[in-house]
Amino acid sequence: MAKLPVLTDGPFKELHPAMTMPEALREANRCLYCYDAPCTRACPTHIDVPAFIKKIASGNLVGSARVIFESNILGGSCARVCPVEALCEGACVHNSLQHSPIEIGRLQRVATDHVMERDIQLFEAGKATGKKVAIIGGGPAGLGCAAELAILGYSVTVFDDRAQPGGLNTYAMAQYKINTDFAIAEAKLLEQLGVHFKQNTHVGKDVPLAELEKDFDAIFIGVGLGATQKLGIPGEDLPGVVDALTFIEELKTKKPADVKVGKRVLVIGAGNTAIDAVTQAKRLGAERSAIVYRKGEDDMPAYDYEYEIGKSMGCDFYFHASPVRIEGNGKAEKLVCKNAQTGAELTLECDMVIKAIGQAKRAEFLKGFPQVALDDKGRVVVNAEFQTSNPKYFAGGDCVNGGKEAVDAVAGGKAAARGIHKKLNGAAANSKVA
Amino acid sequence: MKNSVIDLTTNTGGIISPNPFWLASAPPTNMGSMVERAFEAGWGGAVWKTIGQPIVNVSSRLATLDYRGSKMIGLNNIELITDRPIETNFKEIEKCKKRFPTHAVIASLMVESKRDAWHEIVKRTNDSGADGIELNFGCPHGMSERGMGSAMGQVPEYTCMVTEWVKEVAKVPVLVKLTPNVGSILPPGRAAVKGGADGLSLINTINSVMGVDVDTFMPYPMVNGMAAHGGYCGPAVKPIALNMVGELARDKETKHIPISGIGGVETWRDAVEFMLLGSTSVQVCTAVMHYGYRIVEDLIDGLTNYLREKGMTSPKQLVGKSAAAVTDWGNLDMNYKVLARVDKDKCINCNLCFVACDDGAHQAIKLVPDQARGGKAYPEIVDEECVGCNLCSLVCPSPGCISMVRMDGETQKLSWREVQEKGIAIKPGHANKNIERA
Ligand SMILES: Cc1cc2nc3c(=O)[nH]c(=O)nc-3n(C[C@H](O)[C@H](O)[C@H](O)COP(=O)(O)OP(=O)(O)OC[C@H]3O[C@@H](n4cnc5c(N)ncnc54)[C@H](O)[C@@H]3O)c2cc1C
Ligand SMILES: Cc1cc2nc3c(=O)[nH]c(=O)nc-3n(C[C@H](O)[C@H](O)[C@H](O)COP(=O)(O)O)c2cc1C
Ligand code: SF4
Ligand code: SF4
Ligand code: SF4
Repeated sequence: MAKLPVLTDGPFKELHPAMTMPEALREANRCLYCYDAPCTRACPTHIDVPAFIKKIASGNLVGSARVIFESNILGGSCARVCPVEALCEGACVHNSLQHSPIEIGRLQRVATDHVMERDIQLFEAGKATGKKVAIIGGGPAGLGCAAELAILGYSVTVFDDRAQPGGLNTYAMAQYKINTDFAIAEAKLLEQLGVHFKQNTHVGKDVPLAELEKDFDAIFIGVGLGATQKLGIPGEDLPGVVDALTFIEELKTKKPADVKVGKRVLVIGAGNTAIDAVTQAKRLGAERSAIVYRKGEDDMPAYDYEYEIGKSMGCDFYFHASPVRIEGNGKAEKLVCKNAQTGAELTLECDMVIKAIGQAKRAEFLKGFPQVALDDKGRVVVNAEFQTSNPKYFAGGDCVNGGKEAVDAVAGGKAAARGIHKKLNGAAANSKVA
Repeated sequence: MKNSVIDLTTNTGGIISPNPFWLASAPPTNMGSMVERAFEAGWGGAVWKTIGQPIVNVSSRLATLDYRGSKMIGLNNIELITDRPIETNFKEIEKCKKRFPTHAVIASLMVESKRDAWHEIVKRTNDSGADGIELNFGCPHGMSERGMGSAMGQVPEYTCMVTEWVKEVAKVPVLVKLTPNVGSILPPGRAAVKGGADGLSLINTINSVMGVDVDTFMPYPMVNGMAAHGGYCGPAVKPIALNMVGELARDKETKHIPISGIGGVETWRDAVEFMLLGSTSVQVCTAVMHYGYRIVEDLIDGLTNYLREKGMTSPKQLVGKSAAAVTDWGNLDMNYKVLARVDKDKCINCNLCFVACDDGAHQAIKLVPDQARGGKAYPEIVDEECVGCNLCSLVCPSPGCISMVRMDGETQKLSWREVQEKGIAIKPGHANKNIERA
């Protein structure tokens, strides 16, 4: 892959473009090379950040990328999509010195791009153990688990119901952070490790669970979360009302020109997904694009810098506006809201309403796994080894943590792989992948 | 604060300049038009690019040591003396002196080791109106292979002899520029003084190979597939120069001779340090090759403000002020003890002090969780193990966070020299308490 897929122009051009090498060197040399570094502790996959940065500074980019991928096989996409302000960069000691933190995410990209652009293969399938593991779901969790197991010598098959691997990396993350083709290409690198991908294969429909139980020694559940939750208000089913994931998925799979967007778009919800939806609607050409949120500014679940992106793009924000009903003549035309405290009503004109009030759990589907316990919120319950209450099943990612970040899903998948290894090989997970 | 009148006029062995900042003999003083521009910018003196039988240079000629994003902390060159005719150089000196009568123009000279040859070029210098002469006994490459430059400076007898020859005819003060490529700077310094030098200039550049290109396997600076050792200068050599200046400023035989300090001067602070250790004036090359003549503005301005702040009126008052504070190790007080102290409010939890002390010093730091600070681990000094070496405070990136605090209660001094002289028996080993007598 000579040139990695990236959008350098247009409304969806990259928010954080690649660093030039002189830029990277200057930044890498600013790193203090902390010991037992806070940035490493803050990274869910515990990438040895000072080590990989020092290697960039010394000009050892291949070694740098190895450090990253050893901890996080999706180090390339995490470099692009991680909420670094809340993770590694937020923990950087430079913050305490009132300096800007080291740009860890962008440096991580320098190293990972270097090897991906040159098709440098860093890892190989381990010596065959003769054991087989099925992975349900080809998102960050499934991929993190699959890579670790393949390197440990397992025969791994990933079953995923979508056309392309990568899960939400491929189908949901803001296009100005990560390009769809890049996410797919990164996922497919696992084929080098001998991982088999079975796309368009819904476990339960296309492949019966019983068949997996029979053919595989262990099963990893990494199915993520389900569709956007329902609002439960009148008018929700009118044409023009869409759910955020469907809208964003269209964006990720079509050319921007082919994605329909309203002139006046209202996004219900104020999480990171809502911000993604409201800003991308604006990027697509909506004249007005606004967030409608039932609570106040300080209650917004979105990260502060995501909120800043929304504001800087000229999106509007309506706070203390609880949607009551959607009105319209055969299509959505008005959203009526109420201030829960004052009772005051607010009617907003619109021709598109995007629902972004969080993804539902796949509880119904998950209940289909024999003896796999869920908690009261519909999350799969796992022990320290990421093993479920059914010893053959392990799980990780959004379906276990209830919905966090891609990097958490990779960490979960990888931890589960160690658990699987321990179960199947009776050995402590002494992988060469640290 | 009342503004005292500051006079920067400097007298270096009889060479008067309006301020102590001279350009060293190097590319920035290659020819008259350059020196004139430098004087316009404010330089007080210029040592002309070394004059002698013109040579042929090679290209390329320079290479640098860059460090963690800082360019040119060291510079290396394989350039020789002037490649322009002797007569052209002297004509330009004459012209320059006419335009700048109060600025110091010093002719740097290097000819073959023959009395007649030296007499001839010194007489020509007398006629040019130059304010002084500097003998280049320092160039470590090329010229030394021809029996000149550092080949002279490394043999005290030659240094003395040629200085004597020059003094026989010179009508202006003579400075001898010393090479640092010697075991001790004292013998050549003393030899120059013995030969009658009016002042010493140091240091010239240090023998060095700047590096090797790890892709092409070629050392640099590379000349058509080959390299030669060159002369090292720039900020990185300042500590070496300061030591040599200080040694000469304390030595019985040389301390009365003025010094023009050279080596890594880039700011007025560097200049002040050179002066405190014994330099009367300073010379600058690398910093000008890096940034141009304009840096003299802050050299002058910074020195002036510094002198004013210190209640001084002339840089003369700085010269040698710290020279006596540098002594032999044997005179140091072994009972003086400092211990590291951490200010947790300033700690940023990088743990660099911990790893440095653990792997590079004395395992005197522990990382201890502090419940009052959210359970974060902070460095704590184990007093019994801390030898007061400074390492932690040197690596700590947070200003003022680790200080070295005196802990010995100012008891009686005890130096190794006294121990030797009085025959006191002491126990070896590090101590953070007073020396134990065996
Ligand atoms: C709009 C949006 C934006 C986001 N932006 C970011 C961001 O910028 N940065 C960040 O770090 N995180 C972001 N996230 C969160 C991130 O996408 C998730 O945390 C992460 O993808 C979870 O990984 P996973 O592997 O657990 O699940 P998923 O990525 O959801 O992958 C699960 C996969 O399993 C498949 N699957 C489900 N059921 C079956 C079945 N029965 N048979 C076969 N396959 C099945 C799914 O189709 C999917 O491909 C965002 C999420 C959303 C919704
Ligand atoms: C604190 C300190 C103590 C040293 N002690 C010795 C010593 O006892 N013996 C020795 O041969 N060199 C000693 N050295 C010199 C080092 O071995 C080494 O030659 C020098 O530091 C140059 O290497 P570097 O600058 O690349 O680290 C010491 C250096 C330091 C910094
Ligand atoms: S994976 Fe994400 S959180 Fe971890 S170091 Fe990289 S950018 Fe930071
Ligand atoms: S905390 Fe910041 S300075 Fe320290 S190692 Fe991490 S990135 Fe470098
Ligand atoms: S080096 Fe300084 S800032 Fe870093 S942990 Fe030690 S005391 Fe704290």
